[in-house]
Amino acid sequence: MAVQQPHPPGFAHQFEDMQQQREAGSLGMWVFLLTELMFFGGLFASYIIYRALYLPSFEIGSHLLEVEFGALNTAVLIGSSLTMALAIRSAQVGRRGAQVGFLMATMILGAAFLFFKFTFEWHHDYIEHLVPGFGFVIRPEWGAAGAHVPLFFCFYFFMTGLHALHMIIGLGILTVLSVMAHRGRFNPAYYSPLEVSGLYWHFVDIVWIFLFPLLYLIGGRYIGGGH
Amino acid sequence: MSTATLDLHEVPTGSRVNYLNAQYGVKSWLLTTDHKRIALLYLASITLMFFVGGFFAVLMRLHLIEPQGALVQPETYNKLFTMHGVIMVFFFLVPSIPATLGNFLVPMMIGARDLAFPKLNLLSWYIYIIGAIFTLYAVISGGVDTGWTFYTPYSSSFSHTSVIPTALGVFITGFSSILTGLNFVVTIHKMRAPGLTWFRLPLFIWAIYATSIIFILGTPVIAITLFLLGLERLLHIGIFDPAIGGDPILFQHLFWFYSHPAVYIMILPGMGVMSELITCFSRKRIFGYGFVAFSSLAIAFISFLVWGHHMFVTGQSIYAGLIFSVLSFMVAIPSAVKVFNWTATLYKGSISYDAPMLYALGFIGLFTMGGLTGLFLASLATDVHLNGTYFIVAHFHYIMVGGAVMAYLGGIHFWWPKITGRLYPDGWARFAALVIFVGFNLTFFPQFMLGYLGMPRRYAVYPAEFQVLNVMSSAGASILGIGYLIPLIYLTWSMRYGPTAGPNPWGAKGLEWQTPSPPPTENFEEIPVVTEEAYDYAHTTVTRG
Repeated sequence: MAVQQPHPPGFAHQFEDMQQQREAGSLGMWVFLLTELMFFGGLFASYIIYRALYLPSFEIGSHLLEVEFGALNTAVLIGSSLTMALAIRSAQVGRRGAQVGFLMATMILGAAFLFFKFTFEWHHDYIEHLVPGFGFVIRPEWGAAGAHVPLFFCFYFFMTGLHALHMIIGLGILTVLSVMAHRGRFNPAYYSPLEVSGLYWHFVDIVWIFLFPLLYLIGGRYIGGGH
Repeated sequence: MSTATLDLHEVPTGSRVNYLNAQYGVKSWLLTTDHKRIALLYLASITLMFFVGGFFAVLMRLHLIEPQGALVQPETYNKLFTMHGVIMVFFFLVPSIPATLGNFLVPMMIGARDLAFPKLNLLSWYIYIIGAIFTLYAVISGGVDTGWTFYTPYSSSFSHTSVIPTALGVFITGFSSILTGLNFVVTIHKMRAPGLTWFRLPLFIWAIYATSIIFILGTPVIAITLFLLGLERLLHIGIFDPAIGGDPILFQHLFWFYSHPAVYIMILPGMGVMSELITCFSRKRIFGYGFVAFSSLAIAFISFLVWGHHMFVTGQSIYAGLIFSVLSFMVAIPSAVKVFNWTATLYKGSISYDAPMLYALGFIGLFTMGGLTGLFLASLATDVHLNGTYFIVAHFHYIMVGGAVMAYLGGIHFWWPKITGRLYPDGWARFAALVIFVGFNLTFFPQFMLGYLGMPRRYAVYPAEFQVLNVMSSAGASILGIGYLIPLIYLTWSMRYGPTAGPNPWGAKGLEWQTPSPPPTENFEEIPVVTEEAYDYAHTTVTRG
């Protein structure tokens, strides 16, 4: 039963064959994403509870966010999911150059997301004194609802920060994958690291798809303008 | 159980290459990816944590010999019970059976060469160690006094102790559990030997599988909860502090959403060990395999729906309380199914009282008591009387120590010959099992009475009329402490001086007994093919030795 012929590249000794290894890797990533879902789930649940308790404060906070950059970043991330899927497709059809190209494109889009996030949103919030713990100023025009605006920003920075951390880890993984792809490690018979990392990347993308409306679009911003 | 024919009796342990002597040196251990060696790394680290946590318990019981407290200041007492709880729950009980016996046995029982992700397995041990270092640092830097539950707003706004390092330690260790659970789920799904269908799996595997599901789904929630607690403590932003609009009950909801299922993380693997021990030492197949297997999954499922029973008296809606009460009663059903099926397995069995079996029989009695007293607490009306008293302390120690630790020790004694290739002195082992059983009951039974009489938990002083029962409890604790030291001594002794164990000293079924002891690094020279159900003791006469 033991495999006697020379091992294919990337084969780990504990498995019987490549198919078992590929299935194990894929299932492992799905299980990991389940864990991530519960991780973000606890955070989302807490956010929703306080949004229900202090809706006026959360609306004020939401209206202070840079919705244009949020929307731009949503498009950027969806684009990066497309290039990620195309990179896997390129491996399946055995086009090494396209693999590297699409992986690089994914990385550029991911880096662009973080660049917009940090320079045009977080930095701007810092200048406007909207970062809890770093000189947050409660403005008089917020009235009674002002007391809980810092809570909104606390959740905002925690949730987008945790998401950004996942993006940064994803960029690290993409760097390794690009080097591997450049060296021709992937072929139509073996591309499971690409596929598994793709699952992760799409998951991080989906988290943002939920974060964007939850954080940026509350309080009827476009129907009657909230306040 | 297997068609693999191994010539097991020819080569003595010393000269044969096995996982222990394949490589030598510190580096070969710290960089190993062999699941068996990682199991031993865990064994050493959780044993250390067990005795650190136990040391705090001994100090507490010494202190409570006198009504006004015999030993420490009340502030120190608060730190003692907190550190005892944190270390025992997060650094001993949660990883105990899964990370040691589970790591060692899961690949061997399913006929695999290793877990699906060996490097991830090693990483999870390192994560555990980093978490333990943070928590031990908190102990050295002055301790924590919040109780292991970290209830807000005390933990977030008022405590002046090392809350953040402790919470960070627990947070980090959680990822070790998650990775272990992930590894087990994938391994059990994808790496079973040919012919080893789900319903031929040993029940230990079903239990570990159910435990892994809780690891995967529950642990992330405690991680995020502790993170929010840290944020609140640093920024005072009003997440959990009611003075500035926060909701302290939300913390309890999130905390128990993990920590109640975590109770089943601690007991389910013990139940898995039980099924192995009871069948082997009564030489019978398990009674009602399917029921025992699915009761593990049922316990894992229901465990996520009962967290509210920790909050019957914290202002939770009475209707929520009613529903949580009913759901908590439901957990008793699969738990009782297991106890009845083990008992039915014993019926007309040919029972032998080796040391592992003594632990197993102790488990049945103590777990049943712990479970039944749990129903007192799941009832709304009686809980109002018993909540926050020593009755609760006694109840969960009957489950956690009388159940989980007994099963852990039973499992360690059962698989020790497989793990080390050596036999321990059986007389000493039986003696220790009895000492532990007696010491345990003397420690915790009086606590049921104390709680029923109204003595609250977590106080450094108590009214003088409770002294007799407290002295009994403290006397029991000292016996229990000695009972735990005896196995430490003879098991350590046996690693070097114990007589060589054969491949199957108990005459047990299961793939792990069909390789030499200690097993070779790759577990099986040839991957076995399974043709029988588990525990088929009836059709084969397996000779012992």
